[in-house]
Amino acid sequence: MGFDQLLFYVFAGVAVLGSLLVIGQKNPIYSVLAIIVSFFGLSGLYVLLEAPFVAVVQIIIYAGAIMVLFLFTVMLLNVPREDASEWDRAHPYYRPWALRAGAAMAVLMAVQLGWALSRTQGLGTGVADERPAVSSVAELGRVLFTDYMFAFEVTSILIIIAMVGAVVLARKREF
Amino acid sequence: MAGLVDWLTAPQTIFFLTVTMVVFVALQLSAAVMVYAERKVAAFMQQRYGPYLVGPKGLLQPIADIVKLVFKEELKPKAADTLLFAAAPVISAVAAFTAFAPVPFGASTTFFGLLPEPMPLMVADVNVAVLVIFAVTSMGVYGIVLAGWASNSKYALLGGLRSSAQMISYELAYGMALATVVMLAGSLSLREIVDSQSGYWLGFIPKWYVFINPISFLIFATAGVAETNRAPFDFPEAEQELVAGYHTEYSSMRFALFFLAEYINMVTVAAVVTNLYLGGWHGPFIPEAYGWIWFLIKLSVLCFGYLWLRWTLPRFRYDQLMSFGWKLLLPLATVNLLVSAAGVLYFGL
Repeated sequence: MGFDQLLFYVFAGVAVLGSLLVIGQKNPIYSVLAIIVSFFGLSGLYVLLEAPFVAVVQIIIYAGAIMVLFLFTVMLLNVPREDASEWDRAHPYYRPWALRAGAAMAVLMAVQLGWALSRTQGLGTGVADERPAVSSVAELGRVLFTDYMFAFEVTSILIIIAMVGAVVLARKREF
Repeated sequence: MAGLVDWLTAPQTIFFLTVTMVVFVALQLSAAVMVYAERKVAAFMQQRYGPYLVGPKGLLQPIADIVKLVFKEELKPKAADTLLFAAAPVISAVAAFTAFAPVPFGASTTFFGLLPEPMPLMVADVNVAVLVIFAVTSMGVYGIVLAGWASNSKYALLGGLRSSAQMISYELAYGMALATVVMLAGSLSLREIVDSQSGYWLGFIPKWYVFINPISFLIFATAGVAETNRAPFDFPEAEQELVAGYHTEYSSMRFALFFLAEYINMVTVAAVVTNLYLGGWHGPFIPEAYGWIWFLIKLSVLCFGYLWLRWTLPRFRYDQLMSFGWKLLLPLATVNLLVSAAGVLYFGL
């Protein structure tokens, strides 16, 4: 096992463990922190894939900007610890529908994951064997504004709509 | 095993480890120097003596401070979140140290012929260095926010919230100013940005970006002050309103780590400004190989500027800070970015 492969398992482990911790404990602040840790694991995987730009942007945007806002909200609203003990005590048949639907969803996703994993025989590890075509920032920008122009512009329009929507919803109704 | 020994004894590895150690120790010492300088400059501006008892001219005062902090009792509020209360200062300090890693402080050197090929004087030569610094600095916010939350005290919480709001607001202008320089240099690597500033116009004006784009320099320097929570933007720790802000409940070494992080962040921002706008290690009279002397001179001047600001300007009001960031600095930075883009496009600066 090469050094790169070892690093892959370390980063992948961090990402998976972080994600599990997000849903696996009750304190919302710890959930936010766990997802940040998970993002760091993902960022490490991007570095291994010879995409340092994507790795750093992952940190700046997701771990830096978005999660700070999440943390801010959780702290400001003083979200209480989640307590599921009353549901845990209930007989499965009497638990609320949301819980049962969630369980069905979890089973479905587990099946999908198993199916996907059973078909990945020919794939390599998560470590890049050779430099992919899009690695430098300049190249990335060029591809983004030529080949993926439509998707890029549609995404930005979507984000603007979301921003305008948020402003409209948040402002006081004076009309 | 033999491969490991070979790797460990290779000149490159030894050089790399040495540079890393030197940067690590120098950053810690710089915090001590900054503490002393701050107290002396403050004293000078307020017509007092400042520290003068410990050592000649009070030079050993920082060491006395450190000894005091190490031996102080570690206090923790009863209702504090144990894990995060301990983790917050560590996050702050780690982010502060890491942010300096991709900062070059001298020209490539063979170290008097000891190295087979020239190596840059920096810890990590990353080709997206500018973004790495940006990312790591934005991680520093978590230390402050978590300290505020974990302390379970209203002053600390308000300090932490203020700090996160402030840093988010100023990061935008900061990033815009950064993008301007990246565009002018056509690179995200700090080493290449510095190298693109070598040479002179008309034989005597150095080709520094501060002369091409002074507005971007001012925006970056201003946002840098806000990013490091220094006066006149030191809201997270506004004494009159918030006792000591996010570190109200901290004492002993945990408090010292926050203090250390603050001063190291200051040095890092000054170093980044030096590299981005002031030509890094390039300068007249001193040969390229000793460029780090120029770097230190520029760094010291900027750090003195920081101290000067703190003891000259009163603190803004909080709403003034927010409207200044969002309504003046950000639009100015955006317009500046567009104008520079047009300049690069049409004149190929």
